[in-house]
Amino acid sequence: MAVAEQTPPAVDRIRPATAPPRTGWRRHWHLYAAISPFYLLFLAFGLIPVGFSLYLSLHRWDGLGSMEWAGLTQYQYLFTDVDFWQSIGNTLIIWALATFPMIFLAMVTAVMLNSAVRFRNAYRFAYFLPNVTSVVAIAIVFGSVFSTNFGLVNALLQAVGLDQVAWLNTPWGIKVAIATLMTWQWTGYNAIIFLAGLQTIPGDLYEAARIDGAGPVQTFFRITLPLLRPTLLFVLVVSTVTGLQSFSEPQVLLQTASNESTFSGGPDHAGRTMVLYFFQQTFDNNDFGYGAAVAWGIFLVVVLFSLINWRLVQRRGEQ
Amino acid sequence: MASIKGSGRRGIALHASLIIGVLLSAFPFYWAVIMSTHTSSEIFSYPPKLLPGSHFTENVRHLFDTVDFFGSMANSLLVATAVTFLVLLLDSLAAFVFAKFDFPGRNALFALLMLIFMVPAQMAAIPQFVIMAKIGWIGSMTSLIVPAAANAFGIFWMRQYMRSAIHDELLDASRLDGANFLRQYWHVALPVVRPGLAFLGIFTFMGQWNDYAWPLIALTNPDNVTLQVALSQLNGTHGTTDYGMVMTGAVLALIPLLIVFAIGARQIIGDLAKGAVRG
Repeated sequence: MAVAEQTPPAVDRIRPATAPPRTGWRRHWHLYAAISPFYLLFLAFGLIPVGFSLYLSLHRWDGLGSMEWAGLTQYQYLFTDVDFWQSIGNTLIIWALATFPMIFLAMVTAVMLNSAVRFRNAYRFAYFLPNVTSVVAIAIVFGSVFSTNFGLVNALLQAVGLDQVAWLNTPWGIKVAIATLMTWQWTGYNAIIFLAGLQTIPGDLYEAARIDGAGPVQTFFRITLPLLRPTLLFVLVVSTVTGLQSFSEPQVLLQTASNESTFSGGPDHAGRTMVLYFFQQTFDNNDFGYGAAVAWGIFLVVVLFSLINWRLVQRRGEQ
Repeated sequence: MASIKGSGRRGIALHASLIIGVLLSAFPFYWAVIMSTHTSSEIFSYPPKLLPGSHFTENVRHLFDTVDFFGSMANSLLVATAVTFLVLLLDSLAAFVFAKFDFPGRNALFALLMLIFMVPAQMAAIPQFVIMAKIGWIGSMTSLIVPAAANAFGIFWMRQYMRSAIHDELLDASRLDGANFLRQYWHVALPVVRPGLAFLGIFTFMGQWNDYAWPLIALTNPDNVTLQVALSQLNGTHGTTDYGMVMTGAVLALIPLLIVFAIGARQIIGDLAKGAVRG
């Protein structure tokens, strides 16, 4: 990890060589105290619940009666559960459909914003606005934009002579609608993160590149992109962790699209993400034991996927 | 910006592209406002309505008759304000430590933090629900505030920010002047990272205001919920019957947040630029 490469802080250098070294833990007690609230809260509302959920996943429990030991059968079932695998597929497809256009558009927007001097503040305000909106409110709005009968997208298709698409009734339509919502909501936010990253790049680097006769494309790939890598890593990690746990978008968008359950993810469960599936198993089916196993499955997928992304971006950096 | 001088055509293309982006960002808001002024039968007719109608007040009246709009808004305000205050304090303190100090176990603790960051919230959802039911927090706003008081995302973000924004020389100098840890945090670190704090504060407030999954489960009394849950109830039960009213709810729920953003945006937009350039 990058933190290991940092030089030791100056305190070690200014301490006289003759002073007896105090033991590390006691010398730094205030540092531990400063970071402790997070870890204490995490202990109470994270670690203990997580441990409890591990325990739960080895049992059968409907939340009311007594728990019944189940061993690893919940996980055995999870591994062969077609519905869970489908929800992983749904989640990854929606994530990819949303994230790649989003990162590309965000970077292009950031570079444009960086060279636009006039109206820059107004632009930033406008681009950040989608991220301000609540997912619930905006999913209701997008539900009407993608509605089959009165939606704007179909009205546009009809106006140019194309066939209408039952967006919220077909597997791909559902995924595209959810991904569009996410792209719309996150592009401007990430553009502003990228812009902040761009602005930490010293201006004299560009000046030097210009004197050396580098063109704008060369400058982008040789200076901007390498120095933007920490920001890109940040954006990618956040998008992965949040994108793979999407819940509100499909839930609100599709809660009335099927009579089965508000967590069912629409027709053929095409919009049922991993987290939706978790909620359905836990709070609709009252299957707390299996729900806990599903939660662990989701965690594994998110960690694996984040590690892959992290490695990809870092590997590129070494080349 | 010498390269842009004298290239007016490029400047126009630049601003034209940026304005297209602005229109795409803004359109759903416009569409929502338009729909909140129409009756359901108008909304369901073809072609789609692109200009305001005359049924806004009627929709508002119907909305207020259907849900406790202001009650749920007050709940949302309470939760978002309390959490934002706590997060700014606790996250920046921890981030300062991780960004600027070396101590035994730092890397391991930070790796743990990143791991926690990746722990899906729903993983703890069932036990958290059971525990809170035991201590009697379920159904109250406390069940939303306390677990959110510090978070891995904010520490990660502030640490990234502090590592580049706070110069080691500045800390060394203050240390030689006899400043202790808390003084360094309060008088050296915080003033420098104000843009980062503004960003985190607005981000946190918005996140809490918009939080939906956990409140949906933790707030078991349907008459005492946050705004987002109320809105979803509206969509779930009345969505197919009165679309104009649902849209009105969506629009009104956005207004407080837009106000907060309009106030805070000056912080983000002004200070983020200045702070980033300085760093």
